[in-house]
Amino acid sequence: MRTVTVVALLFVLVMGWGLYQKSAPILGEIPLWNLLTDSTWQPFKNQFGFLPFVMGTIWVTIIAIVISLPLSLFTAIFLTEYSRRCVKKIVYPALDILASLPSVIYGVWGTLVIVPWISDKLAPHFVDFSAGYTTLAAGIVLSIMVLPLLVSLFVELFSSVSVDLRDTAYALGSTRWQTAQKVVMRKSLPGIFASVVLAVSRALGETIAVLMVCGNLPQVPQSVFDACYPLPALIANNYGEMLSLPMYESALMFAALLLFVVVLLFNLVSRIILRKIEEN
Amino acid sequence: MKRFLLRRFLANDSNEPFVPNEKFQHPEVASELVVDHFNLSIDGSPILKDVSVTIPANKITCIIGPSGCGKSTLLKSLNRLSDSIEGVKTSGDIRLGDTSIVNCSDSDLVELRRRIGLVPQRPTPLPMSIFGNIAYGCKIHGVGGRRQLRRIVRHYLKVVGLWDEVKDRLHSPAVKLSIGQQQRLCLARSLAVEPEFILADEATSALDPVSSKIVEDLFVKLKEQYSIVMVTHTLRQALRIADYVIFIYMGEVIEVGDAQQVFKNPQHELTQKYLSGAIS
Amino acid sequence: MSWWLSLSKPRLKSKKMKKSIVKEQFARLLMYLSIVIVLILVASIIWTIFSRGAKCLTWEMVTSLPGGGFYIGKEGGFLNAIVGSLYIVLASTAIGLIISVPVVFFLNVYLKTKSKLAYVARLAFDVLFGIPSIVYGAFAFTLMIYFGLRTSLLGGILVETLLIIPILIRSMDEVAKNFPRELLEASYSLGATRWETMGVVMRQIAPGIATATLLSVGRSIGDAAGVMFTAGFSDTIPTSLSQQVATLPLSIFFQLSAPQIEVQNRAYAAALVLTIIVLIISLLGRFITNRFSKHNLR
Repeated sequence: MRTVTVVALLFVLVMGWGLYQKSAPILGEIPLWNLLTDSTWQPFKNQFGFLPFVMGTIWVTIIAIVISLPLSLFTAIFLTEYSRRCVKKIVYPALDILASLPSVIYGVWGTLVIVPWISDKLAPHFVDFSAGYTTLAAGIVLSIMVLPLLVSLFVELFSSVSVDLRDTAYALGSTRWQTAQKVVMRKSLPGIFASVVLAVSRALGETIAVLMVCGNLPQVPQSVFDACYPLPALIANNYGEMLSLPMYESALMFAALLLFVVVLLFNLVSRIILRKIEEN
Repeated sequence: MKRFLLRRFLANDSNEPFVPNEKFQHPEVASELVVDHFNLSIDGSPILKDVSVTIPANKITCIIGPSGCGKSTLLKSLNRLSDSIEGVKTSGDIRLGDTSIVNCSDSDLVELRRRIGLVPQRPTPLPMSIFGNIAYGCKIHGVGGRRQLRRIVRHYLKVVGLWDEVKDRLHSPAVKLSIGQQQRLCLARSLAVEPEFILADEATSALDPVSSKIVEDLFVKLKEQYSIVMVTHTLRQALRIADYVIFIYMGEVIEVGDAQQVFKNPQHELTQKYLSGAIS
Repeated sequence: MSWWLSLSKPRLKSKKMKKSIVKEQFARLLMYLSIVIVLILVASIIWTIFSRGAKCLTWEMVTSLPGGGFYIGKEGGFLNAIVGSLYIVLASTAIGLIISVPVVFFLNVYLKTKSKLAYVARLAFDVLFGIPSIVYGAFAFTLMIYFGLRTSLLGGILVETLLIIPILIRSMDEVAKNFPRELLEASYSLGATRWETMGVVMRQIAPGIATATLLSVGRSIGDAAGVMFTAGFSDTIPTSLSQQVATLPLSIFFQLSAPQIEVQNRAYAAALVLTIIVLIISLLGRFITNRFSKHNLR
């Protein structure tokens, strides 16, 4: 049993090492900095600039968090500070459903609802034409996917704030919102930070749903109504043809390595913080 | 008002006269807390049954009784902190002076809770600095100005005898204080919004004997200026400091009266049994 | 001292108080709004999938294999994908359980509560849980090339097993962690060995194992990015581990990217089937936690 546990630990290292081995050829040819800052992507001419994909990932993630953070904060505060049982009985199962739906379903929903909404209703107010398959669409779909994770983390954090502390604030004459804002949220600030980092790492790796609505054009998006091409989508779309060129395969594995390293770091940071909070 | 100025002045050890805050209103005559046929049940099971008592002003009133008899619930009902218990139902009335606590709007409740301070069982420093803790109540009630806040903080820290211990680290987190210091900080914090009543829920039970003695002495000193209601589980403490005693058993008020009379000459059989240690 | 007078008569509420009440109401408004938005989103997703899927779903689709010209809109169904998904999910869950149950026991019975190894192991599983499935897929793909394997049912099962082990372990661990240690001591004091004590633990955490299993089934049946690399796709039901296999999410994805309406409609139908499966699993999970957790010592 000890062996099984230790093997599982080693697995993290093996994964990183394996991906690194595979991406070593391209790292040997093009310096890391150039890979990340060059924006020309022409695999068959041996030009691998990851900037469009990195920027696409960053943009989509930022949009997702900007939408889901306030939504989940208010929802969690409402659930822990305000609501009675009957509201919880509706909202928790609803969040459960959100959490259990596979990402391809979000993709289908995105193409059926969000994409037409953006191209018909929203985009005409801002730009001349948009197909709807945009950075914004990907961000919106992603924000809903991380929503249940954020809400459940927040609810756990907020309900671990002691009742005495709330009573103290109320007894001084605070309103509910003042208590929620100045005491409950302030007390859970490190936890909120860690949760957001965790949600970011979840958003970074999301593949199919994003792939289905983001437009998949290797360009640095200039506005939220431009198509984008995040890293996971790049890997998923090109796995078939990557074996044709050794450098191409290496480039895609570098993309996977990049995701792995960033997600690993984000996860480590947030989990360690959350663990510390849980222990106190 | 004159009375109020006088008692402020008495409380102040320093030479500078303390001016009560114009943001807070004070009645001409100290109010009594009147509990009038008050019932409280949680999920249908009665916790308090037809409680009718009058809690006198400027005295230390001790609520005594075996554990689980509803002492703490009664105390929490006095400033409606019982609201936050899931499934709670009340009937009857509780009045502070001539304002009803049970039937008042949320905005009046905020003011009422300011007039009734709370010292919890375990010290609950808010997630702020020492200064921030005491200034918090004033800030939410609109008392502003750095200099004024500083004066208030200094004054109340002196009242609870904490000033000399913490004056050099006012801006360090309050959680770094010792438990005994934290409890005195909590007392100072509730005094800072100039309440008329102070509710204390076994306020010394989490403290070491020395700090416990300090807090007890503080209560005795403060009763000239405030009305104090204490829940206590130690009969000896009640004997030492109580002026007025309420004995509760199984959610019902069994005996009420002057401490001397109740302790020396209990009328009710249950009270006699409790005082002799037969029920606890 | 003229402010005495102004104080002695009842005053209106202070400016600050009014402001904080306005703020309170505004915050409440925002909260109601967020709740409503969340509920509308859930309703919209469910409604979209059901209404679009129900229009296209026929009995034939779930009971037949793709016929000739399936991907240009000719007849056939996606039974291959349903069965393929079930194969992968069942096999990977079984293997996953065989590996992860001993690990959970090890973490909770053998190791002390404050053990460093337990801390690091939990952290590692949490991190593994967070690694995106596309990275698992890419990594497994390189491994398979290294070992000379082709995309196959076996590959799909392996990658899904790797994917769900952290979920299984961490969610069972959460239940086992709350397991009262006194019960262990009671068992030891009766002269039971560690092995016998496991029986006691087992009974306590059985609902935990059930929910963890459902959770991982839900996760692996919906996963597309992992199997994309490793299981490939096929129009038939595989008869051996080395054949390629279709999965529901990928089937939805491929059909949806076809230009023909008929093919897209089948994608909606498949999406409905997948959603129903997943909803049943999550309902079952909720039922089990509600029904069985009350019999346990808390």
